[in-house]
Amino acid sequence: MSTDEATITDEERLYERFEATVEHDQRVEPRDWMPEGYRKTLVRQIAQHAHSEIIGMQPEGNWLTRAPSLRRKAILLAKVQDEAGHGLYLYSAAETLGVERSDLTEKLVARRQKYSSIFNYPALTFADIGVIGWLVDGAAIVNQVPLCRCSYGPYARAMIRICKEESFHQRQGYELLLTMMNGSERQRRDVRDAVDRWWWPSLMMFGPPDGDSPNTQQSMAWGIKRHTNDQLRQKFVDMTVPQAEALGVTLPDSGLSYNAEREHYDFSEPDWEEFHRVLAGEGPCNTQRVERRRAAHEGGSWVREAAAAHAAKQAERGRAAV
Amino acid sequence: MSTPSGTGETGRDATGGVERPSTAWPLFEVFVRGKRGLNHVHVGSLHAADEEMALHNARNLYTRRNEGVSIWVVRAADITASSPDEKDPFFAPNGDKVYRHPTFYEIPDDVPHI
Repeated sequence: MSTDEATITDEERLYERFEATVEHDQRVEPRDWMPEGYRKTLVRQIAQHAHSEIIGMQPEGNWLTRAPSLRRKAILLAKVQDEAGHGLYLYSAAETLGVERSDLTEKLVARRQKYSSIFNYPALTFADIGVIGWLVDGAAIVNQVPLCRCSYGPYARAMIRICKEESFHQRQGYELLLTMMNGSERQRRDVRDAVDRWWWPSLMMFGPPDGDSPNTQQSMAWGIKRHTNDQLRQKFVDMTVPQAEALGVTLPDSGLSYNAEREHYDFSEPDWEEFHRVLAGEGPCNTQRVERRRAAHEGGSWVREAAAAHAAKQAERGRAAV
Repeated sequence: MSTPSGTGETGRDATGGVERPSTAWPLFEVFVRGKRGLNHVHVGSLHAADEEMALHNARNLYTRRNEGVSIWVVRAADITASSPDEKDPFFAPNGDKVYRHPTFYEIPDDVPHI
């Protein structure tokens, strides 16, 4: 047997074992052999997810100093801090695949990696804070719960932590909206306006329709994804309509109605052209979001360098003392 | 051991790869004791300039909701790990020692409490 043949046989054996792990719903762990495509897909998806958490701090962070009460301020601060934490859990999971967090950050600020298109929309009033919690975090939960069973162990474990915390995010948002709906006419108007603006971008969070999502089948075969984009979108709509009714707001879709035969709500197609425009960098806040992240990264470099220099000096003194 | 050393969960070789610039913060693995009576369990990793900062960052990152009463941090590069490959000969010596398990021994059904 030539060396080439031996290599191919080894590779096939490893591939079979990988497939058996996924098929038996076991987890793939960092030092296991895995197909290059699996690793690349995970790095792209986890990095994109981490970037979304980090960029996602901005629309809400802008309201921290303008929160209407100390209670709302403390809640918002805790939520934004959670988003930072979620980003770090995910960067930590990505690093188990052999990439460096600093490289991923460089790719984000160089716009070579993407984040969720939803964060390219502005938060115009404090009602937006409530709607982001209710709809955006609600959609994120629907997306993320199945990821707790993702075939890649570190990603699944990060998602379990994240999902536990995400529930607080959604409930604080809904409670905020209930409070505003029981307030003045102006407050109710702000809530309705924010719902109108965030509804369609929230539906777009599940990604393009199944027919336009070429990677879905492979990701499902690898156990990275458990449901298609359209299945998750439907689930989100079904969950959200009764919540909107309880809140007393109308979702901005004339095509929204219960289909007794399907036992699901029918709804209209989002404007996919807008989705692709925002993804391509032409959303209302794309430039602002990335530039803000870049400024924070570059502005913080002296702190990272000073801390590293201090640690090196302390280590040097430690060695001298021995 | 076929893969003598490595960096635990990080999947990177301790010696291989590109050398970091001196300003980069090293990677630490974090272990949390959830409550008294339980072992420390690995929860993830983070970057920090030194051990003390790693502990503070670990508290802020992994125990924001009372998830722990004690934290260990250790530099990822200092972890020596076996290969998780199930076919690895590292775990083979246990394979043929069934007599280490209680089920190996046949005891008559009417003998109590054993």
